Amino acid sequence: MEWSGAVSLGAMTQRITRDEVVHVARLARLSLSDAEIDEFTGQLGDILEHAADIEALDVGDVEPTSHPLPMVNVLRPDELRPALDRDLLLSQAPDAEDGQFRVPPILGEEP
Amino acid sequence: MSALDLASAVRSGERSAVDVIDEHLARIDARDGEINAFNLVTADAAREAAAAIDAAVASGKDPGPLAGVPIAIKDNMCTTGVATTCSSKILEGWEPPYDATVVQRVVAAGAVMVGKTNLDEFAMGSSTENSAFGPTKNPLDTTRVPGGSSGGSAAAVAADFAPLSLGSDTGGSIRQPAAFCGLVGMKPTYGAVSRSGLIAFGSSLDQIGPFSKTVAESAALLEAIGGHDPLDSTSIDQPAFDLTSVLDRGVEGMRIGILRELSGGEGGVEGLSADVIARTNEAAAALEKAGATVVEVSVPSATLGLSAYYLVAPAEASSNLSRFDGVRYGLRVDASTTGEMMTATRTAGFGPEVKRRIMLGTYALSAGYYDAFYGKALKVRTMMLQEFASVYAEVDLLLTPTAPTTAFPLGDRTADPMTMYVNDVCTIPSNLVGHPAISVPFGVGDDGLPVGVQLLGPALSEPTIYQAAAALEAAAPGEGSLS
Repeated sequence: MEWSGAVSLGAMTQRITRDEVVHVARLARLSLSDAEIDEFTGQLGDILEHAADIEALDVGDVEPTSHPLPMVNVLRPDELRPALDRDLLLSQAPDAEDGQFRVPPILGEEP
Repeated sequence: MSALDLASAVRSGERSAVDVIDEHLARIDARDGEINAFNLVTADAAREAAAAIDAAVASGKDPGPLAGVPIAIKDNMCTTGVATTCSSKILEGWEPPYDATVVQRVVAAGAVMVGKTNLDEFAMGSSTENSAFGPTKNPLDTTRVPGGSSGGSAAAVAADFAPLSLGSDTGGSIRQPAAFCGLVGMKPTYGAVSRSGLIAFGSSLDQIGPFSKTVAESAALLEAIGGHDPLDSTSIDQPAFDLTSVLDRGVEGMRIGILRELSGGEGGVEGLSADVIARTNEAAAALEKAGATVVEVSVPSATLGLSAYYLVAPAEASSNLSRFDGVRYGLRVDASTTGEMMTATRTAGFGPEVKRRIMLGTYALSAGYYDAFYGKALKVRTMMLQEFASVYAEVDLLLTPTAPTTAFPLGDRTADPMTMYVNDVCTIPSNLVGHPAISVPFGVGDDGLPVGVQLLGPALSEPTIYQAAAALEAAAPGEGSLS
């Protein structure tokens, strides 16, 4: 099925590259096989091509809406209230020790 | 028997809640092997809860408006001590330490949870085929998808496993499966139902809502789950809606706009099938016959909804799903450093569609592309809000199809993501602007499968929407041929 908007579709100047897909996967902490990198390069390119109507749009000085409700600074009274039990939460962790989450070494890693 | 009839029979002592639960569990036993609506059936807990309801009735207490009514809960809502998976391997073995607010509220109203329903992994999909636990089948035709992402919740009601269920809707995930399964499905105003305990997908879009066979049951369930919740900072500070009392008011004098861009009009979205457009026009005529004034209206930016959504929702998802890193809950794949452990865990735990959306969102938010994609998509949301506001100065509600087609065959759209995404073209605008919308069955398509039409309204117009939905239901042509 074809989908197209009423607004004219501006052509994307360039498609997402294989190198960009590799970079984005690293940012997202995902390890992709060569086949997956190829597949995502094609598919993400197709999806972004459909978004070309937005990319090409002249939105001028329209304010962005990150959230549909006009709510700001929702506060609650600064009072003590019960929190979830630490041992219960740690019981759900893959590894825990001395009341804390336990992870493999961090030092010496590349950032 | 409807949820409301069941509740009244249980409250009056005419039927035992345990009986009601056993009857539904037997149906699940008999047919869910084929349908796969449930990730988990909580039979023992359901029987215990039902026994407690019967005991309350016997001692003269009122167990609530939904007393003894079986309810199925989408498996992305937290249930204390009951596995909650989001149909993902990454939450393997996890049992939430608390209940979602909606779960507390349906239990407080007397409903009895019978199980957790299948979904597209983390609610990302339109067919419930992206589940780590296999696809759910449409009970009306098991060669078809039930829609998604709340396909398990829709199938559970369509197969009479429970008269009520809860789903979540980020871009149409309640309304589209409701349309595909011949049900009523409602996405309330953003902030009208607490999201506390709903595992986040797109936080500025997600909203929980009801599935049922009738508008009256839908209204009763939304009354039970709605209203302010201090645990959700985006919850609107107002009491729950009164909906059941407005259902018989009709549409006399109401103004309803056919939204041209989403209803097959010129310059609108393409790919809507002719039978779906025909049913939508018939629904408009039925509303007119019932006393409403129907006019054609335009929201030009509605055609940009799909593109805006597939930038905003993945962007929010990529951020929300960063919490699944093998440290605090669920799956961990061991590795020699924490960074490698996180990458190995996420790589093994997430399915292909979730990875695709995380990648897309990370890209849309990354340096150099933020302004061109995510930033512009947010401006489109503003344009849509403004255009909807001017349209709602002229009309009370809008009418569109819910989905471009009837339920499609299993496996039909899995090869190319875009062919799946276009399913959401009519439902997405309501999520981007936070407005309520309901899908009501209205006749069948050329294939004999149900068609859903959608009523949209401005923020907090739920009473008006339910009033018109009841009129539409009353005017709908018979039962779907397969239900």
